[in-house]
Amino acid sequence: MHNQKEILATIDMIDNQHLDVRTITMGISLLDCCSDSVEVTAEKIYNKITVLAKDLVKTGEDIEKEFGIPIVNKRISVTPISLVAAACKETDYTPIAKALDKAAHTCGVNFIGGFSALVHKGMTKADINLINSIPSALAETERVCASVSVASTKAGINMDAVKLMGKIIKKTADKTADRGGFGCAKLVVFANAVEDNPFMAGAFHGVGEAECVINVGVSGPGVVHHALKKCKGQPFDVVAETIKKTAFKITRMGQLVATEASQRLGVPSGIVDLSLAPTPEKGDSVARILEEMGLEVCGTHGTTAALALLNDAVKKGGVMASNHVGGLSGAFIPVSEDEGMIEAALKNALTLDKLEAMTCVCSVGLDMIAVPGDTSAETLSAIIADEAAIGVVNTKTTAVRIIPAVGKKVGEIIEFGGLLGSAPVMPVHEFSSADFIARGGRIPAPMHSLKN
Amino acid sequence: MRAIITVTGKDRPGIIAGVCVLLSESNINILDISQTVMQDFFTMTMLIDLSACDKAFAEVSDSLDAKGKEMGLIIRVQREDIFDRMHRI
Repeated sequence: MHNQKEILATIDMIDNQHLDVRTITMGISLLDCCSDSVEVTAEKIYNKITVLAKDLVKTGEDIEKEFGIPIVNKRISVTPISLVAAACKETDYTPIAKALDKAAHTCGVNFIGGFSALVHKGMTKADINLINSIPSALAETERVCASVSVASTKAGINMDAVKLMGKIIKKTADKTADRGGFGCAKLVVFANAVEDNPFMAGAFHGVGEAECVINVGVSGPGVVHHALKKCKGQPFDVVAETIKKTAFKITRMGQLVATEASQRLGVPSGIVDLSLAPTPEKGDSVARILEEMGLEVCGTHGTTAALALLNDAVKKGGVMASNHVGGLSGAFIPVSEDEGMIEAALKNALTLDKLEAMTCVCSVGLDMIAVPGDTSAETLSAIIADEAAIGVVNTKTTAVRIIPAVGKKVGEIIEFGGLLGSAPVMPVHEFSSADFIARGGRIPAPMHSLKN
Repeated sequence: MRAIITVTGKDRPGIIAGVCVLLSESNINILDISQTVMQDFFTMTMLIDLSACDKAFAEVSDSLDAKGKEMGLIIRVQREDIFDRMHRI
């Protein structure tokens, strides 16, 4: 039998340190739903999703009950809709978003990702249609998430798409201004997007994936924070080792849930995403882990180094605990979803520039950041371009999920509620990038992309 | 299937008896018990075998939970695998 100490340690992690499986995400290919009409495509999509995912939520809940481990979200990701809708004669894909939303409601999942386009090298007509449909799709649905890949290490940065996305973000914010620009919280602009990411809002089911897979995202910033409290004043070697051991335990549990879910649903298990994903709840913050390492407030000098260590140790600890690692895997730094980040931003310790530096070493990028409502589309595009450059040159995924807070100024707060939290409006540089963005074209891929 | 029951709370007479009666009613076999009391705080872990159990896991879990509430304790049951995975390679 297990010793009592181990059993109680696990229970303490669940009860007091917010240990949970953050998401079970079912990836579904919609490539066989193509037709020449948006209405028919939407109907086929609804039918396919509601058949394949009908038991997803129930299975998640059963596993939760039997193992006593919370599974916070059950979600669905689908093939990028720009591919599925490419044959449609209509140019507005909003009805497809509505079908996705309806399917999400029917299956009981809280988000469905994949209203997406992959345009890192160029845009097809369908890609442009999809991108132009994003503002209305996000305004008229509740659970649909959209993403656009605008850059990759292999292709460089599609600056035409970057330019367009600045405008689309503005439009989406305007269309959902009554909900604090909520639409933008469901819209991600990627560089080096991954095909098997289980986390929202950036999840989509890539074309290299199987018909249907189960991907699992683990979490547990609170557990790591708790473990680090026991190594006060110790050298970083001890810190790294402690994080690795903790990440191993968290991930083993995630892998168990992934295997169990895939067996019960009769769907192959895809990947486990080894991530530290914070929530706005106290004790579930990535910022607090960085502060535990000895920083007075997250965002001060030393933050990037602390995050680099954390991100690396999480991966090293988790990799041996799972069969297949994938997704984004690392520490997320969404500002509005992290109680410590929110406080650091309110103290002006955490700025947009520091966050940009942090994205060089974290799992993704500038995430859930609110900026003043009067920020220009060109400035938003320039922020995307900077972030994409970091991803492209460092061969990592980066992303921008930014919310222009309509009618709000620096220092004010927008509230999303739930997992999305609340975001203090952060200042952006006031000098113009308009002429830079107006150029368009493509920034070439870096030298080190030529590996063959 | 094997599972671990944990009972925590203020010590009082009849805790083990209460849990055991409930388990026996469901045809659940107890394989091992370990108990500690520290300053009135009672902790018990129990390894059980549910292979002959005629009830669904959720039903067992709910009845243990209800029993815990009745006795002012926290009683939970979790499949053994989660502890195996977390603490054994």
